[in-house]
Amino acid sequence: MDSREQNQVGVRRTVIRTLAVLVGMFAFAFALVPLYDVFCQITGINGKVDATAQSIVHEEVDESRYVNVQFITRGSAGLPWQMSVEMRQMSVHPGQTAEVDFTFTNNSPSESWGRAVPSVSPSNATRHLRKVSCFCFEEQRLQGDERLTIPLVFQLARDLPEEINTITLVYTLYPVDRAVQNASTTNTRNASQVNNLHYELNNHPHYELKNNKAAGETI
Amino acid sequence: MSPKLPPQPPLQHSSTAVADGQAHGHAAPPKGILRWLLTTNHKEIGSLYLIFSLTMFFIGGIFALVVRAELFQPGLQLVEPEFFNQMTTMHGLIMVFAAVMPAFTGLANWMIPLQVGAPDMALPRLNNFSFWLLPVAFTLLLSTLFMPGGGPNFGWTFYAPLSTNYAPPSTTFFILSLHLAGISSILGAINIIATILNMRAPGMRLMDMPLFVWTWLITAFLLIAVMPVLAAVITMMLMDINFGTSFFDAAGGGDPVLFQHLFWTFGHPEVYIMILPAFGIVSAIIPTFARKPLFGYASMVYATAAIAFLSFLVWAHHMFVVGMPLVAELFFMYTTMLIAVPTGVKVFNWVTTLFRGSISFESPMLFALAFVVLFTIGGFSGLMLAIAPADFQYHDTYFVVAHFHYVLVPGAIFAIMAGVYYWLPKWTGHYPNERLAQWHFWFSIIGVNLTFFPMHFAGLAGMPRRIPDYALQFADFNLLSSIGAFFFGTSQLLFVLGIILCVRGGKKAPAKAWEGAEDLEWTVPSPAPLHTFETPPVFHRTSHS
Repeated sequence: MDSREQNQVGVRRTVIRTLAVLVGMFAFAFALVPLYDVFCQITGINGKVDATAQSIVHEEVDESRYVNVQFITRGSAGLPWQMSVEMRQMSVHPGQTAEVDFTFTNNSPSESWGRAVPSVSPSNATRHLRKVSCFCFEEQRLQGDERLTIPLVFQLARDLPEEINTITLVYTLYPVDRAVQNASTTNTRNASQVNNLHYELNNHPHYELKNNKAAGETI
Repeated sequence: MSPKLPPQPPLQHSSTAVADGQAHGHAAPPKGILRWLLTTNHKEIGSLYLIFSLTMFFIGGIFALVVRAELFQPGLQLVEPEFFNQMTTMHGLIMVFAAVMPAFTGLANWMIPLQVGAPDMALPRLNNFSFWLLPVAFTLLLSTLFMPGGGPNFGWTFYAPLSTNYAPPSTTFFILSLHLAGISSILGAINIIATILNMRAPGMRLMDMPLFVWTWLITAFLLIAVMPVLAAVITMMLMDINFGTSFFDAAGGGDPVLFQHLFWTFGHPEVYIMILPAFGIVSAIIPTFARKPLFGYASMVYATAAIAFLSFLVWAHHMFVVGMPLVAELFFMYTTMLIAVPTGVKVFNWVTTLFRGSISFESPMLFALAFVVLFTIGGFSGLMLAIAPADFQYHDTYFVVAHFHYVLVPGAIFAIMAGVYYWLPKWTGHYPNERLAQWHFWFSIIGVNLTFFPMHFAGLAGMPRRIPDYALQFADFNLLSSIGAFFFGTSQLLFVLGIILCVRGGKKAPAKAWEGAEDLEWTVPSPAPLHTFETPPVFHRTSHS
């Protein structure tokens, strides 16, 4: 075999290998999306809270320590809702179960869907905040001019790191596109699948559906 | 398309016709525009890349001048803020993807086969395809400026959801054009890797290759690794915009911060893609004009590889203010500072090469020396930005703008200009007009520093980037920057003039155009004939091994 043929073989091998790396990296970038979520959930980085309800863990309340929990609500363009909270901040003991009322008001005459997306700061408090009941687990529907009050029930774990004295919970309202609900079904097929899923979830009280045992067992 | 195919270089397709050395199977090339559309010759494609890049350099430069004209005085006078945003965005996109990257690919096309003693690139037709994707991609990108709603206005980093939920309708075209440009870079990189790994002259080991070849080999691997990530990110954007997914939309369970992580996973290696070949060019020019072999050849190779490796571990230093945990801030701060070590090795080697050399100051050397000094300034401001708590203050200010323009303009672009002046005798057979080149150099260096040095101060004083108006206390710095920018921009016409004059005539250059030049490209005649090294040259191990 002369050297040029050798070259050709070598070139082919190089091209195949680089193409393999190429495809691999493209797939890897997409794989990073779920990996990122898993990473954030495990570490609690990014203030991403579990989107499922957790059970109350009965443990002794640490009365020696107060933690200041602040609530911030934010609206968003495209959703004519107002979200308000009964009190801007409250003091709780680690281990204590607390409840606070959030009120959603639809300022427009027409029905719309929205979702409140939570974020916790500092992020290392995320794993120590157990939400027993939260409107943020699912999307909300408000009729025109409707006002709805929903409680948030949460518990701070006893093992909350010593240096955390203040926890800030931010809820940002986002509009949910519910074209299928109002308009004809010709709109999008994707959306209807999402809807079906949503109805299934709605038909069950979420406490029972998604009782997160693992969280309860860790403590 | 016409079924007519370009004449096939016999090397690629036959193994018999070349036994006698210079094969004579080259049919007459098609005439006129078809010659350029169908060419598979690495020198012609290299020239196409360089001309394309130079054109885009001026278009991107005009966008920058619109920005600088608006910032000449506080207040809004020339353009609407919306258009200002489109100008900053387009300036960045064009300069990164259409000026700097194609310029390096053009130099690679021209010089890598000559420097390794190969007759052409490994995949000549693919080479043609990768070039012709570029004019398509950037015509598409530029056309978005004329679409309803305007062109991209979200910065060259196109952070979601600014580039998805709140983007102009033309964003889909922006995504498509970036896809095309990305495919072009990827194909170019595959070609370069295949050429370097398989087509070196007999006897040339990897550690015998000129550093420009080495740095490009490593750059090509970076391209292969990160351009697919860019493709994935913009595909996700495309789906978020058009198909109702929510990768980056918090309302649907996505996360905008994820966009930043993915983007900078691509984006940080990308900045090294734009500087590593520059290191290679400077490592060729400094030994030539110091008439000494490069000091520390092996350490240069390892330093380049180390920089490339570290570039994957530092992405989040662009995101210090995004709300990362302390551990992450520290990790990215330390890894970023670590990059200063291999970079310092390089600067040390260049300076040591100069030490006790017989230095002469022709135009390529002037640009290369300016590169070493000014790139180092950009490196130092990068170190300042690497300090996480300090970055909280510097983030998104003109200090950042000053930093990355110092590494890209007197860094990457000066190195490209140095390379052009260095290799023009090989390309055209004529020396460029030295007097004109020296004027170009001095105007450029004054213009660059006048433009970008005051930006450090404006930034430290708190002037935010990407804003068409500013507070009165920044007026003087901005005035200086704007004057400098117009001075620098105008003086680049001297560069074009110099190239045109050099193509048309000038002092004849011998095969070895520079006294101290060592590499294989100086063994072929000047101008280099269309087909070179049809029989592989005999490689003599030279100084650096």
